[in-house]
Amino acid sequence: MNTLLYLMPLALFLGGMGLAAFLWALRSGQYDDLDGAAERVLIDEDIVLQSGPLGRRKGDE
Amino acid sequence: MTCCAVATPMALDAELARSEARWNEELKLESRDLGNGLHQVELSVPDVHCAACIQKIETALAGLAGVDYARVNLSTKRLSVRWREGDVPAIFKTLHRLGYPPHLFDNSAAGEDRALSQLIRAVAISGFAAGNIMLLSVSVWSGAEGATRDLFHWISALIAVPALIFAGGIFYRSAWNALRHGRMNMDVPIALGVSLAYGMSLYEVINHGPHAYFDAAASLLFFLLIGRTLDHVMREKARSAVTGLVRLAARGAVVLRADGSREFLPLAEIEPDMRVLIAAGERIPVDGVIREGASSLDCSLVTGESDPQRARPGDMLRAGTLNLTGPLMIEVTAGANGSFLAEIVRLMETVEAGRGGYRRLADRASALYSPVVHLTALITFFGWMAVSGDWHRAITIAIAVLIITCPCALGLAVPIVQVVAARRLFENGIMVKDGSAMERLAEIDTAVFDKTGTLTLGKVRLKSAEASDEKVLLIAGLLASHSSHPASRAISEACPGEAARIEEMAEIAGLGIEGRIGGELYRLGRASWAVGQEGGNGATVLSRDGKPVASFTFEDTLRPDAGSTIRTLASQNIAIEMLSGDRAASVRSIAHTLGIETCHAEVLPAGKLERLSALAAEGRKALMVGDGLNDAPALAAAHVSMAPASAADIGRNAADFVFLRDSLCAVPLALAVSRNANRLIRQNFALALVYNAIAVPVAIFGYVTPLVAAVSMSVSSILVVANALRLRPSVPCSHPAALYRRAGHAASAR
Repeated sequence: MNTLLYLMPLALFLGGMGLAAFLWALRSGQYDDLDGAAERVLIDEDIVLQSGPLGRRKGDE
Repeated sequence: MTCCAVATPMALDAELARSEARWNEELKLESRDLGNGLHQVELSVPDVHCAACIQKIETALAGLAGVDYARVNLSTKRLSVRWREGDVPAIFKTLHRLGYPPHLFDNSAAGEDRALSQLIRAVAISGFAAGNIMLLSVSVWSGAEGATRDLFHWISALIAVPALIFAGGIFYRSAWNALRHGRMNMDVPIALGVSLAYGMSLYEVINHGPHAYFDAAASLLFFLLIGRTLDHVMREKARSAVTGLVRLAARGAVVLRADGSREFLPLAEIEPDMRVLIAAGERIPVDGVIREGASSLDCSLVTGESDPQRARPGDMLRAGTLNLTGPLMIEVTAGANGSFLAEIVRLMETVEAGRGGYRRLADRASALYSPVVHLTALITFFGWMAVSGDWHRAITIAIAVLIITCPCALGLAVPIVQVVAARRLFENGIMVKDGSAMERLAEIDTAVFDKTGTLTLGKVRLKSAEASDEKVLLIAGLLASHSSHPASRAISEACPGEAARIEEMAEIAGLGIEGRIGGELYRLGRASWAVGQEGGNGATVLSRDGKPVASFTFEDTLRPDAGSTIRTLASQNIAIEMLSGDRAASVRSIAHTLGIETCHAEVLPAGKLERLSALAAEGRKALMVGDGLNDAPALAAAHVSMAPASAADIGRNAADFVFLRDSLCAVPLALAVSRNANRLIRQNFALALVYNAIAVPVAIFGYVTPLVAAVSMSVSSILVVANALRLRPSVPCSHPAALYRRAGHAASAR
């Protein structure tokens, strides 16, 4: 029965980690565009979305 | 990729350049200032649909001067662009060149998905709690005893607390709202059941009792929240699809100052007596009188008249009218608050105040259900008190009755079916604003249609052309291709002209277009003007040096499947009426073609509203299908209403259903799905009833343990969900393929 003493907190901790990861993903907007995410894997090069602080860069270079 | 939109031809560039300046002004009004000199705007780009589209748009926009950020959201077909201080980048032109015409949409509703993230968070937390508690409960059921069982129960009690606060809070708030207003909804028995289950279990645990219902409380919340979240997601999706449609009303206008300067002002700042410039192709933003210029006007959205009206100085204009051919200068007679549009809004407000009478099926069911359940629990309590006199035992069993009857299946019965039904409709291009719309649509016995833009596409088509020889028709087509008048478009579509040099070409607003070809003067337009004498009957002719050589007659294009829709509805014993603001002659001819017997012509907006109210007073349940500004009050007054995507903004907002494709087949399809959905909802209620009929006696006699409760509640929920998934509408269209035709393609395919 002693195993319960560390197994149970461990199980709860792992579950809690999953919950926290989900809430983080939700908050950081990863569920905002599910269709888009499915299509974006097909794009070969990375698109430059955000320009650098000093000027802009072309996305298709 | 073949699926991608094609770039616009160069010929349109001139037209685009004209509208771009204006568009950029609107964009400025619409954008949000993010600080640091950054501006952001959300655009609707309905034509995006694959990875290549995303890439094309994002790389092109990222390459524009001043653009800081551009990202496409494929799910909502939106594009957010951020740019630095200064001039608006050439977003409009770039997107048009790529073949993805953007449009602005009403942003005011954005930011409402806070409710969604709250729901999803609640689902996650209650799911976590339900899973972990179930794990511990299984150990208890499989024989944990003594201190181990107590420990498990205590941990369960702790895990259940956040679920009760975050997930339960949604139900508590809703239940409290209902009770405060003296109403009863499904959330009242849920909130009561969950809190009693938790309270009793806590008491049991403190006293080392064997039975705790923490798992029931948590999994109940979990199941119900899944249903509620899906319901919300579906409605949100439909809502964002509707708000993403082209906004037809103008946001502002170019005002001509006394000193001759021009300024773009937002609508709210335009006051009476100001002078406003309106280019060809723009909508009139406010009511006014024409001071300079002549043009043709398309009033179809405002009054329902299908023929373009001629406009000359001195004519009154109503907000919402489309200026077709020539630039106009108007003097404002009423600001945005006093305009025709405002009058329509006032009419609608009077209607909406009286409409709230409809009670949703689920609420009606729970109004019956809750008292019965709570009474049964009470009787059980007194019964056991009388039989055994054991206070603790009586209350435990009474609460077990409440837990087992907690309307898990009932709470899922309605939303799950409606989510599945809304999804079926969504796939067919029909957006449903909320679930009760489907309940109401299933009940209709009368269908009232508007004519222009609803039964017809509001787009004229060449009916017949009489000409001395073929060559003349080609010249007509050539001349017509230089005008944006609907009749000209129809001619140039029917007779694609050959390339020939036209000299001294001029479009005379409200009359026609003229030009010299090979030294001969051709005029295409009103007979009285083209032939140079009175006596024309308003027909359109082509003349050569003042002599008529060809004449054209037009007809309004019927919406695809209009005939089969009317026949389908009539065969289901639904009375059909037509209410139109158009002239009696054209109303009669359409009514005759479609076989509609009851029709009213030249009806004003208030008249349409009156007719719908009269139908309601007779006890009839009417479906109103309409698109114009003039239909908006009637749409709001009808038992249930539908509007095409091409409808005026205000009409789209008032309608319960919005269909995005051309085919009128959407009406019988929505009706069939709604009726199917209603049948399934009733079946689900029956299933829940059967479940209760079995479970309640078991509970009353005290045989319910937490294990029995968990199994029976899960089984009933799964049954209800499985039943909802059976929804498959039979497509009532004569040509199902027509449903899949995209808007705009139908007309050119003819």
